[in-house]
Amino acid sequence: MRERIIGQVRRVNGPVIEAKGVTDAMMLELVRVAEVRLIGEIIKLEGQTAVIQVYEDTTGICPGDNIYGSGMPLSVELGPGLIGTIYDGIQRPLEEIYKISGHYIEKGIQVSSISKERKWSFVPEDLKPGDIIYPGEIIGSVQETERINHKILIPPGVSGTLKKIFPEGEYAVEDPVAVVETKDGDVNVAMLQRWPIRVPRPVKERQPLNIPLITGQRVIDTLFPIAKGGTVAIPGGFGTGKTMTQHAIAKWCDADLIVYIGCGERGNEMTDVLTEFPKLIDPRTNRSLMERTILIANTSNMPVSAREASIYTGVTLAEYFRDMGYHVAVMADSTSRWAEALRELSGRMEEMPAEEGFPAYLPTRIAEFYERAGYMNTLCGKEGSVSLIGAVSPPGGDFSEPVTQHTKRFVRCFWGLDRQLANARHYPAISWLESYSEYLLEVIPWWEQHAGPTWSDDRAEMMELLQKEVRLQQVVKLVGPDALPDSQKFIIDVCTLFKNAFLQQNAFDDIDRFSTVEKQMKMLQVILTYYRRGSEVLKRGGTLVKLKKMSVNQDIVKMKFNVPNEDLKLLDKLTARLERSLDQLESVYV
Amino acid sequence: MSKIDMHEKQKKLKTGLEYIGVDRIDGPLVFIKKTHAVGYRELVECVDPSGATRLGLVLDTSSDIVCVQVFEGTSGLTMPDTHIRFMGEPLKLGVSEKMLGRVFNGLGHPIDNGPMPVAETELDINGMAINPTAREYPKDFIQTGISVIDGMNTLIRGQKLPIFSGNGLPHNELAAQIARQAKIKGSKTNFAVVFAAMGVKHDVARYFVRSFEETGVLDNVALFLSLADDPSIERTITPRTALTLAEHLAFNKNMHVLVIMTDMANYCESLREISTIRGEIPSRKGYPGYLYSDLAELYERSGMVKGFSGSITQLPILTMPNDDISHPIPDLTGYITEGQIVFEREMYSRNIYPPVAGLPSLSRLMKDGIGEGMTREDHPHLASQLFAAYSYVKDVRNLASVIGEEELTPLDHQYMEFGEAFERRFVSQKMNEDRSIEETLNLGWECLGLLPQDELHRVTEEEIEKYYGR
Repeated sequence: MRERIIGQVRRVNGPVIEAKGVTDAMMLELVRVAEVRLIGEIIKLEGQTAVIQVYEDTTGICPGDNIYGSGMPLSVELGPGLIGTIYDGIQRPLEEIYKISGHYIEKGIQVSSISKERKWSFVPEDLKPGDIIYPGEIIGSVQETERINHKILIPPGVSGTLKKIFPEGEYAVEDPVAVVETKDGDVNVAMLQRWPIRVPRPVKERQPLNIPLITGQRVIDTLFPIAKGGTVAIPGGFGTGKTMTQHAIAKWCDADLIVYIGCGERGNEMTDVLTEFPKLIDPRTNRSLMERTILIANTSNMPVSAREASIYTGVTLAEYFRDMGYHVAVMADSTSRWAEALRELSGRMEEMPAEEGFPAYLPTRIAEFYERAGYMNTLCGKEGSVSLIGAVSPPGGDFSEPVTQHTKRFVRCFWGLDRQLANARHYPAISWLESYSEYLLEVIPWWEQHAGPTWSDDRAEMMELLQKEVRLQQVVKLVGPDALPDSQKFIIDVCTLFKNAFLQQNAFDDIDRFSTVEKQMKMLQVILTYYRRGSEVLKRGGTLVKLKKMSVNQDIVKMKFNVPNEDLKLLDKLTARLERSLDQLESVYV
Repeated sequence: MSKIDMHEKQKKLKTGLEYIGVDRIDGPLVFIKKTHAVGYRELVECVDPSGATRLGLVLDTSSDIVCVQVFEGTSGLTMPDTHIRFMGEPLKLGVSEKMLGRVFNGLGHPIDNGPMPVAETELDINGMAINPTAREYPKDFIQTGISVIDGMNTLIRGQKLPIFSGNGLPHNELAAQIARQAKIKGSKTNFAVVFAAMGVKHDVARYFVRSFEETGVLDNVALFLSLADDPSIERTITPRTALTLAEHLAFNKNMHVLVIMTDMANYCESLREISTIRGEIPSRKGYPGYLYSDLAELYERSGMVKGFSGSITQLPILTMPNDDISHPIPDLTGYITEGQIVFEREMYSRNIYPPVAGLPSLSRLMKDGIGEGMTREDHPHLASQLFAAYSYVKDVRNLASVIGEEELTPLDHQYMEFGEAFERRFVSQKMNEDRSIEETLNLGWECLGLLPQDELHRVTEEEIEKYYGR
């Protein structure tokens, strides 16, 4: 990296710096400011002036200070050593910074994103000199953690014939592991590569999204499923459980790798993840969850422009692992803070604002971000996906504000969090009235194959009941519950049961925190059996009081706690008991 | 000598250079043209025509014009006779343990007629971001002796838990009661209170001083007062000075510090004032777009850090304008803090103290600080059950207001009774009543005793066996 002086500071206004005398600089170039070498990026060029957004606190920067260009765009380092690490918004490892500067983050610290000293055991693929090499091809692998086999890819842009591949052995990330003869001369390929964060990594083609991302959260998987490669927005006011929902998905979803971006949120929340994840065991692999997690932490008190960059950093890391053929889920908590960072920077540059002070390019940026998700055929011929799950924090919990509205245009799944549910401590507080998933039709075949052929009908029946219940509740609010006939009261009763026994899920209970596809399906069927057969009993003249008094009801409410995922026979037994109780009731009225 | 060295040397040489006369004065802002290279956020001394020195800060710097914010206000400044000195470093506060028991203004100068304490060290008042990997996750339960807080919205050491109140509601009384009664179960530790008053009335400041005096803790309290008649601009610096001392006490002196900041609404209004004068593009209700980041800079200066036994617990108080919780100030605060204690006017008018609204109040750190070995094993489920039952009470009350109480089902009547007992016996208590956590939890079970057993879905059978109906 050749450093050169590209100009001098003219004006400092918070994280935005104007530079003068700039003749030789490129747009989005990574620059360093003053002798303390603060990291920044050129975001506007006009005549001999450049506007620079600085990723660190600018206290003490003076007009006349030098600006150093690096000759390359803001990039992330990709290679073995990423997993289990916690980075800040511009991929500086926070643990290394802690070792250098103690508990405060000092300015101008330069640490390498990936350790350049650590050796990894590289295993080459079966390639020989003379083989044709194309970009994205897998030339070897490193067992990075027990569960992630880190594939070494030819960087995009490199193609030719293989001149040499190095034998199995220990290599540092910058050591060459192959030499490729290209038309511009020989290129040494190392395990480490760089990629600019604002440019999506290339793929072969997009695939349709028809495999669900199983999160283990019943309200999500059964009612509003997300597909692998899909996009979701989770909007909700403060205290409605956005972060809790994101944490639950990060812990239990069936992605191979999680990139968790804490964008402008609380410091203690990241500490919580850091202390909790290593202790939690992934039910699918019996390994620590940290072995599949990368954290990006740019808390609310860290510089605002790095917050803007953090979500791009996160997505780029996700795309890199997707290119190896993994399914990656990205949690961005919260995209509103990112949008606010855009607004703050835009305000400092004195741009003309659109709605609520947000810049006019906000929708474009949101679209660009969410379009980086997808289920792809990668360059190496594998299938991989990036799913984006973005939390949105609407001011005052009002979903009509610009960030929520624009996000809704570009995501296909919407899990709206409801203040009333959260107040009643009904978690996850995902509203079944406001939420929707456009992936439903696409994932029905998968569900019917894996859970049961009646899945989509059962689900639809339950949704319809929930809709009916809303209307009935309105009547109850006006005239009281006694005015309804038993058959309608029964609908309210079934919905209450469904909410308590199925939709509510305790993230801290060892059994309830995660439900398999089979368990979800069986639980749904238990409740529907209660409804279908119960309605029959009522039609034959039975009373609601008797139905509600059945002793088996207590066990239905508690089935989520009492039936472990591995022992679903208990649910079959429960169904049998329910059927028997109903048989008895029915026999009275025949 | 290279060009770079020249520039660095020039900067050092010209530090402290005094400029006579300014070019524009607008509200608390002073503009000076054609200075040497002045650093962003550099400290400024501003000598007014009478010879008194006021402090200021560089808000915007460029080669043509520098914008300075003067904390003590600009009244009395004249264009030709104002002297400006740029100090070449950010605003620092000399801090020391000796500051406990003393009273300061918002900038940290003593106003109790005593001498300036000898500083142990000087710290930049803007602080620095704590590295998330260096944080210790807070989980020590603080017993405040107030049932609705201990039982339902537990305060944890290192937490930031604001009180969302309204004008005329007893938030000061509650904050003072917490400061008096707060203790950690089974441990005696060094504690200190740092009190920052921003734009509050003299009476309020006096109330706190008296309350600390009466309990004999005044020697452990440092007060930073920027009262209602002080220049509004000073308020933007007051919480930063206070937190700088708090950080010194917590992380250099290993003390447990409780920081009370009142009233955050006044702080935000001062920010808005400066932002408007600077002609910045406003976001909601005229507040600057960076209000969230600015508040986060304050609130995130709390918590615990690995390797240090001290902690900072924050208890900011804010009055919601027009009791509106969706107003930008409480809204943004709620997004940063770890929960909130919300006051309800309706409860206050029914003579319930503390008038804490059951449902919107929340403590995010509660889950890891309660239960077996910390409070009592039944605490998590009990709290969850009380929330669920109380939320149903609210529904029943709404229904009753439409169809009349007589039309309610017998079960709903039982819920109404529970709601009444919960508010009158559990939530309500005296201003000097200090309940132990056991008393609080037993009271909770006493209230649940009014409900039939099969309504209790969120507690386990063993807990019902042990506590229900006793």
